[in-house]
Amino acid sequence: MTVEPKIALSPKVSDEIRRTTCYMCACRCGINVHMRDDKVRYIEGNRDHPVNRGVLCAKGSAGIMQHYSPARLRAPMIRTGPRGSGEFREISWEEALQTAVDWLEPVRESDPKKLAFFTGRDQSQSLTSWWAQQFGTPNYAAHGGFCSVNMAAAGIYTLGGAFWEFGAPDWQRSRLFMIFGVAEDHDSNPIKLGLAELKRNGAKIVGVNPVRTGYNAIADEWVGITPGTDGLFILALARELMRTGNVDLDYLIRYTNAPWLIVADEGESEGLIARDGDGTPLVLDRKTGAVRASSDGDAAPAVKGTVTLPDGRTARPVFELMAEKVLSDEYAPDTVADACGIPATTIRRLAAEIAHAAFQEEVVIDQPWTDMRGVHHDKMIGRPVSFHAMRGISAHSNGFQTCRALHVLQLLIGSVETPGGFRFKPPYPKPVESHPKPHSGVTPGKPLDGPHLGYPMGPEHLAIDDDGTAKRIDKAFTWEAPMSAHGMMHMVIANAHARDPYGIDVLFMYMANMAWNSSMNTRGTMEMLSAQNEDGSYVIPKIIYSDAYSSEMVAYADLILPDTTYLERHDCISLLDRPISEPDAAADAIRWPVVEPDRDVRGFQSALIDLGARLKLPGFVKDDGSPAYRDYADYIVNHERRPGIGPLAGWRKDDDRPGRGAPNPEQLDRYIENGGFYTAHIPEEAQFFKPFNKAYQDWAVGMGLFDAPQHYVFNLYCEPMAKFRLAAKGYGDRQPPDNLRQRILETFDPLPAWYPPFEGAMVDGFPIHALTQRPAAMYHSWGSQNAWLRQIHGRNPLYVPGSICETHGLVDGDWVWLTSHHGKIKVPIARMDAVNSHTVWTWNAIGKRSGAWALDKDAPETTKGFLLNHLIHELLPPKGDGQRWSNSDPITGQAAWYDLRVKIEKAEPGPWSEPHMPAQQSPVGVGPDDIAYGEEWT
Amino acid sequence: MTTLPQTTEKKLGLVIDLDTCVGCHACVIACKEWNTGGYGAPLSDQDPYGAAPSGTFLNRIHTFEVTPSESRCGSAASAAQIVHFPKSCLHCDDAPCVTVCPTGASYKRSADGIVLVNEDACIGCGLCAWACPYGAREMDHDAGVMKKCTLCVDRIYNDNIPEVDRVPSCVRTCPANARHFGDLADPTSDVSRLVEARGGVELMPEQGTKPVNRYLPPRPKADIDAPDSIDLVALAEPETAGFLSWLDRALERLG
Repeated sequence: MTVEPKIALSPKVSDEIRRTTCYMCACRCGINVHMRDDKVRYIEGNRDHPVNRGVLCAKGSAGIMQHYSPARLRAPMIRTGPRGSGEFREISWEEALQTAVDWLEPVRESDPKKLAFFTGRDQSQSLTSWWAQQFGTPNYAAHGGFCSVNMAAAGIYTLGGAFWEFGAPDWQRSRLFMIFGVAEDHDSNPIKLGLAELKRNGAKIVGVNPVRTGYNAIADEWVGITPGTDGLFILALARELMRTGNVDLDYLIRYTNAPWLIVADEGESEGLIARDGDGTPLVLDRKTGAVRASSDGDAAPAVKGTVTLPDGRTARPVFELMAEKVLSDEYAPDTVADACGIPATTIRRLAAEIAHAAFQEEVVIDQPWTDMRGVHHDKMIGRPVSFHAMRGISAHSNGFQTCRALHVLQLLIGSVETPGGFRFKPPYPKPVESHPKPHSGVTPGKPLDGPHLGYPMGPEHLAIDDDGTAKRIDKAFTWEAPMSAHGMMHMVIANAHARDPYGIDVLFMYMANMAWNSSMNTRGTMEMLSAQNEDGSYVIPKIIYSDAYSSEMVAYADLILPDTTYLERHDCISLLDRPISEPDAAADAIRWPVVEPDRDVRGFQSALIDLGARLKLPGFVKDDGSPAYRDYADYIVNHERRPGIGPLAGWRKDDDRPGRGAPNPEQLDRYIENGGFYTAHIPEEAQFFKPFNKAYQDWAVGMGLFDAPQHYVFNLYCEPMAKFRLAAKGYGDRQPPDNLRQRILETFDPLPAWYPPFEGAMVDGFPIHALTQRPAAMYHSWGSQNAWLRQIHGRNPLYVPGSICETHGLVDGDWVWLTSHHGKIKVPIARMDAVNSHTVWTWNAIGKRSGAWALDKDAPETTKGFLLNHLIHELLPPKGDGQRWSNSDPITGQAAWYDLRVKIEKAEPGPWSEPHMPAQQSPVGVGPDDIAYGEEWT
Repeated sequence: MTTLPQTTEKKLGLVIDLDTCVGCHACVIACKEWNTGGYGAPLSDQDPYGAAPSGTFLNRIHTFEVTPSESRCGSAASAAQIVHFPKSCLHCDDAPCVTVCPTGASYKRSADGIVLVNEDACIGCGLCAWACPYGAREMDHDAGVMKKCTLCVDRIYNDNIPEVDRVPSCVRTCPANARHFGDLADPTSDVSRLVEARGGVELMPEQGTKPVNRYLPPRPKADIDAPDSIDLVALAEPETAGFLSWLDRALERLG
């Protein structure tokens, strides 16, 4: 018997644990950062945290390698070589900020719209948007337009709230869960925790996705749908439910606009909601046959029939219009099966399973509650079917309607805000009407006339001049994309380069890798960023960029403001923005510097506040002209958006009710003591039926989420779309250009509809769909600088279905040319059978430009990695009418990444993927040859 | 040659649920992160920013595509499935990596059955990695010693860690709750019950190494081409002819 060595079973772990918020992706989990000898020893999930409850993903655990990444920028820089070269000189912060002031001050005084400020994957939009508003430019947005605005906007317009941050499945009570097209790097820990809970409870999980990786791999059933046809599939499910009466009629009548009357006569009010003199929608009382106000508690609203209104017009209830539409053969399972790549029997069976779970497995909670009409309910009845979806259904030119269709399906079975279904997280739900409207009124030297972004309710809210010209550089809120609630960041560079609608002077961006994976038409975007006038000056004259790392975009900026890592900074994850709430609690959180920066860098938000003060922007300076805030931390504590309401809800002064109160100088200390977050629980009687639940509305007012209750019903019917359609028919003062009328008529159906994605309908000879998936262990382009994560995802072959491999004689390791209407790339492939047979795919953003991210020039990310972005144009192919439309959803402007169509041909192998872009010079050198992290502790 | 204990008091090990593992690699990195500053030499990385990065990992996930044989006509989706397979040392009762060790560096603890490497005695000969049928050991190129899963022996008994966290780092972090830790010698332990309930299996039992770790197999997937299993119409109103014919009766019930 060998003598066992004695080993230390209780070694020291750390000197101190500092609890903050992760930023390895946008999930915002709580983390315990173990510090030892002033270094990060270990990062683990915070068990008390509402988002991740202790678990942590690969990205989160790899935070050490991100924090100590060799790609971190070290000091402010000014460009010395040509744009794109990566040649810079380090400068002081004083010089950097003064340079920015010298560029921005004249713009603000003469023509503020010549600043375009777009902030990418920003978690501080309530600050950055306010800054832009005080500057006075209409040209502000974050990255929602190229990300998932269809999901967000369809949620807001239909339900008054959206998936992810603003709502979640009732994991505990759902019996059937369907997940459509969800990136595995977003909200990933809550989803994984939820999937595990569903599995423990024996609930069924259905994954709807062309690719069977990740969540779809463990789903009980995988529906390998053909890209862009999700709307057809969803409407076929809805048709089956409606045809057979498997809908929650009581719920629809009480809590949706199903009974509201819609004007049926042709003319200027066709398709509008019939209203009384007070503007209250009208319903038909099925008991008396009288037309009554929907607010009339005694009415028994009908959901079918044609009625003559007091003014002589005829009208019909929403529900009947919807039934007529959905029950048409267009959406019959047998009709849609081939297009969707899903057998009709499967569609019918899934509809039956939804009905079975919703109505035979009804959830009842013995919890009395009172609705907005004062009606007392002695229990909460729920439909345990829940759904989640994200970019997969949203990043198509028919995405808004598809996302609407999914929400309407949820409403048909009565599973929104009921037990077992989908639940909102504070500050949602709130009615679409309560959101701001877009503002674009510019006055030199003054703030903008209101918030930039919002939810238009009709043509009157478009951001256009009298002659129809776009007021915004991205052409958001124009007839090309009237309901572009998040702006259209993907059009900024192309439009600024084309000086259409006008040229700009300064492009100011934060945390958005627009010279690489965040743009369509990457090569073209790089050319636009470096395009010169005849006199040698740049077409986009000045570019300021803030990033923490040496990304591809850094090389295209003139002035770099280096950001900190997430462990070195203050942040607030605010109820004014995108908080960390859960369905049963409002919650917000902070980051704080758990490690001091060892470089000459500053948190971008602190730099922005400093810049705001130097520019003397209202709100950023005191009356005497001195800075109003020392830095972002000072702003987080002391800024008040309304009296008593600030960025953080917790531990305000004189805190007799949570959420409201004067600024408390010790607020951040209280957050740190509590683990970096604050939670305010929603009372039991207020946890479901929130839009119509009196107790919830009272609680929300108390919290400061609203100043008065905001009761509303859900929108099966989306009236603003009817208003845009009326304009396209020629009614009203604001008229679309003639070349867009037909498209608006075809796509702005106020009831959910499906039409083929534009690119596929316009091109011939490109039979294959191509898309990207996000690996769970990477966040966009960030992971490749991470020594540990890049060992997991350092390569991204094109995954090709077996049937296509056989047709083209392809085997693993072969190379192919992949061609779209716009471009051609040469890439290595791998065969895969667990994928829709018409679809090829690859991992997102693994390909890198040589010289970026402190990687060696021969790193596989640069030699064999690639982007599909080279194949995707920001414009659709020419139609022969002299116009080229944006490659976006015509309703919201969402970038239609996943409409891409390609053809495939075998290519000679290597040596590298094409296009092979010339290297950029690295301002930070290349990372070390070896790492033995933690050697001092072992 | 190094000898194994006749028996161990406990058989500490992992139970890994292949039905819920989404292949997210959280366990892989949490393991690396804990252990690079923990027991023994760091888990080093060579060429970490270069052409051929390679590092020492004690736990890796392998992803396989498997295709059941039946045909799948009529569907654009094939029957192929993806299985994510996390793999680390299985702490075998008859661990060939221990018996092959020429210096006694590899050993199995008699108290809990954990297989460890005493790095002070390890000469980096690599015989143990060659003997392990699972490929669960990795030579650290920087330190020149053999590295392997320790079941976080420096966590599970550690008085400096809250009791609830005295589990291996991979188990603590797994977002899908697919990893479980406990005493598989105790039939009443949670892990033993889980193995019993879910039909947990040994990996490659034919190798005769008597692994302690168990894998819970994926549950059968629904067949997308299965005929309608629930009668949709029977769930609601008996269908009669006409547009929304069920509606009037449904409204009557609402009153």
